[in-house]
Amino acid sequence: MKHWDLVVIGGGPAGLAAAIEANEAGISSILILERDQELGGILQQCIHNGFGLHIFKEELTGPEYAERFIDALKGRSIDVMLDTMVLSLTPEKQITAVNTREGLLQIQAGAVILAMGCRERTRGAVRIPGTRPAGILTAGAAQRFVNMEGYMVGREVVVLGSGDIGLIMARRMTLEGASVKAVVELMPYSGGLTRNIVQCLDDFHIPLLLGHTITQIEGKQRLESVTIAQVDEERRPVEGTQQRISCDTLLLSVGLIPENELSQQAGIELDSITGGAVVNQTMETSEPGIYACGNVLHVHDLVDWVTEESRRAGRYAAAYLKKRESLVKTLLQMTPGPGIRYLVPQQVSCPHEEQDLKVYFRVAQPCAKGELQVWSGEEVLMSRKKTHMTPGEMEWIQIPADMLHQAADTSREITLTLKSHP
Amino acid sequence: MNDSYDIAIIGAGIIGTAIARELSRYQLNTVLIEKENDVANGTTKANSAIVHAGYDAAPGSLKARFNVMGNRMYEALCQDLQVPFQRVGSLVVAYDETEMKTLEGLYQRGNANGVPQLTIIDGKTLLAWEPHLSPRAVGALHAPTAGIVGPWELAIALAENAVENGVHVLLQRPVTDIKKLNKGYLLTTPEGTLSARMVINAAGVEADRVCAMVAAPPFTITPSRGEYQLFDKAAGNYVNRVIFQCPTPQGKNVVVLPTVHGNLLVGPTAAFVDDRTGVETTGEGLAELEERTRDRFVKLPWHQVITSFSGLRAKTPANDFIIGELSQAPGFFNVAAIDSPGLTAAPAIGEYVATLVTKSWGTVPVREDFQPKRRAVVHFDQLSTEEKADLVRQAPSYGRIICRCETITEGEIVDAIHRPVGAVSLDGVKRRVRAGGGRCQGGFCGPRVMEIIAREKKIPLTAVVKDGPESWILSGQTKSRKEEGR
Repeated sequence: MKHWDLVVIGGGPAGLAAAIEANEAGISSILILERDQELGGILQQCIHNGFGLHIFKEELTGPEYAERFIDALKGRSIDVMLDTMVLSLTPEKQITAVNTREGLLQIQAGAVILAMGCRERTRGAVRIPGTRPAGILTAGAAQRFVNMEGYMVGREVVVLGSGDIGLIMARRMTLEGASVKAVVELMPYSGGLTRNIVQCLDDFHIPLLLGHTITQIEGKQRLESVTIAQVDEERRPVEGTQQRISCDTLLLSVGLIPENELSQQAGIELDSITGGAVVNQTMETSEPGIYACGNVLHVHDLVDWVTEESRRAGRYAAAYLKKRESLVKTLLQMTPGPGIRYLVPQQVSCPHEEQDLKVYFRVAQPCAKGELQVWSGEEVLMSRKKTHMTPGEMEWIQIPADMLHQAADTSREITLTLKSHP
Repeated sequence: MNDSYDIAIIGAGIIGTAIARELSRYQLNTVLIEKENDVANGTTKANSAIVHAGYDAAPGSLKARFNVMGNRMYEALCQDLQVPFQRVGSLVVAYDETEMKTLEGLYQRGNANGVPQLTIIDGKTLLAWEPHLSPRAVGALHAPTAGIVGPWELAIALAENAVENGVHVLLQRPVTDIKKLNKGYLLTTPEGTLSARMVINAAGVEADRVCAMVAAPPFTITPSRGEYQLFDKAAGNYVNRVIFQCPTPQGKNVVVLPTVHGNLLVGPTAAFVDDRTGVETTGEGLAELEERTRDRFVKLPWHQVITSFSGLRAKTPANDFIIGELSQAPGFFNVAAIDSPGLTAAPAIGEYVATLVTKSWGTVPVREDFQPKRRAVVHFDQLSTEEKADLVRQAPSYGRIICRCETITEGEIVDAIHRPVGAVSLDGVKRRVRAGGGRCQGGFCGPRVMEIIAREKKIPLTAVVKDGPESWILSGQTKSRKEEGR
């Protein structure tokens, strides 16, 4: 059994930021376990720009953003094992991993940071009827082929789902000479960032068909066509609106799912809405000394917020290792109220510091103009007027420390609500 | 190609491969011919994966006989061939007194067919065993001998073992014509002709058309499509046994069962189709599965479906297997109309057909060196910690996990490509070692499996296909005007 004070599972943006921050905080025995052959995670295939506006105040590409952190590892006592897969994790923080060089590894960690990221929902999960030909792949898989391996995945493309990766790939495929015939979105609004709709679709005259879905897939061996239809308020196809689009490729951008199989093995409590762990303000999960950050916790649209959140995890994991004291005793429950889909962290635990709390959240529906309210029991602690909020863009609100104390002393609960103004 | 063989088997599904492996016990020059680029690529890859106990078929029918016989053969066969098989038992659930009477009828029929250990259990026991059944359930027929198996794994293993014992396998060779020779038959394929003294027609839904190349077929196959939904392993413990509903006049009704890989499977529907390659799923079919299970189960977790598929049953009006030498064409054997319980019956059918053929041949010496076990297959995920450590030390490629959902290593994938009748496509790899068969459905490992196939087969990455020869994945390189290979 080998030992490290801190083991970080995942060497993408979340794991890198967490490891570096823990090292800054004085922890010198750190191991990053990464399943891919290089660090950086999915950023390495995101060759478009737009990363780092908040953290670095400049526009970087994904690989450039990752490089900043990979460079920052140099000279630090942080061990990295690449091409290494974690097979199991116990609540006692014992990890089994495997790679071709060291073979099977048994590791005892003092603290663990979960940073495994997320995976894409597939065709099966959205259950489109039809045949099962080649040419149907997730937007992320296509992105890997095109940007990292240097291969095109088809010539005539339809994209289902207007998540950010789908929008980015619509542009990418166009730039590589493919014809992108449409981006089809089930909901009446896009799931991606507004800037991506403008820069990836509008600028390239790619139609975005809101309130549409794919009802049929055709083609025996390779995809030949899809049939699309308008949907009604209950998202059911409307008879008579069917339209066949011939295409050889269907890219799916229909959602991301945090990869929490290891967390479940370790008995960590998960949030059914985010698909990630329930955490407190230190990013600690229900298992003392096990932290979670990045897309394994909840799906982010900007890597900058991943970095910020992961630094928090690294900082508190370091504090845990020094004091051997966890914060799992819950002081406050944080609850999404009407208008709010989810929020993170879900708990505030004691003893907590005299610090304001940054709460990340997503709204349940698009809201042009509305008022965010922070409740403790029946009392409104604070409210903020907000405009132009959509589920596709993560929002945050800062709750002052004194209000947290006030809520802790009274209702022991904070609820966030959004009231839309017509 | 103008080779001559003693026996030619047309169709490398579960039936063709079972016959091939049985014939490989004899000193015969046998060839197994398949129109697809892989074995097990028709109905064998899309069915309920059930080893039935044998109470469904009418007493005295071939279905009844080979079902019960085949069921008994499963343990030893799957042990020899290292194929996943679990005798989990089955339940036919009744929801009212009329259905309890149906159970009584099935019980009697099962006894007449020689099905062992059948019992009828009460509602309380039933719900204790299967808590996700609707509390309206009043009783069930319990058949402890029913089981679940990996159907395509079995067919692949049978083919591998047949090859290890001297059988030839020819893939991507659709038989387009058969001519009677003085002694035997001449088979035409796009790649050329081959002759065989005897021909076995195991062509599945195409069996009537293959038969028609020799003589007017005494049967017509009407494919009946069955649609299925496969759930994530997180739902794998939803039921513990194969759960049937009482049969309706339309057929066996929808089944809910665990798979040998730990997933949950729900299906099939039943709809006659004209297209013999029509294995698409339909909105109606998927809705029907939800509808027909709704008041029978407590909340099936539909949000955990990871894929849907459909397969074709080779139905005939007589509703029994057709096995035997065609009277107008001596030496031509039909093994046709093998719909449910064909998978269960396959080992017994294989044995029976081998006996028929060798009897008709005269005296055929057995092969002294017949090896009933196929070369061992490694399942990294199922090894103990010590075994894993040892294996990676000896062969480091077993230390690289390629498919993270199913924990499949590079070593296993390379082996699947190089075994006899090895994988040539992404789906071929998936059927052999499950890489890409998990919850991400190959999203992450697909590109890496393609690289391994390209490297091991020494072909360009653009030549790697998903399944059939035209199921291309990459259209060419980026930044190149010339589309490589396409």
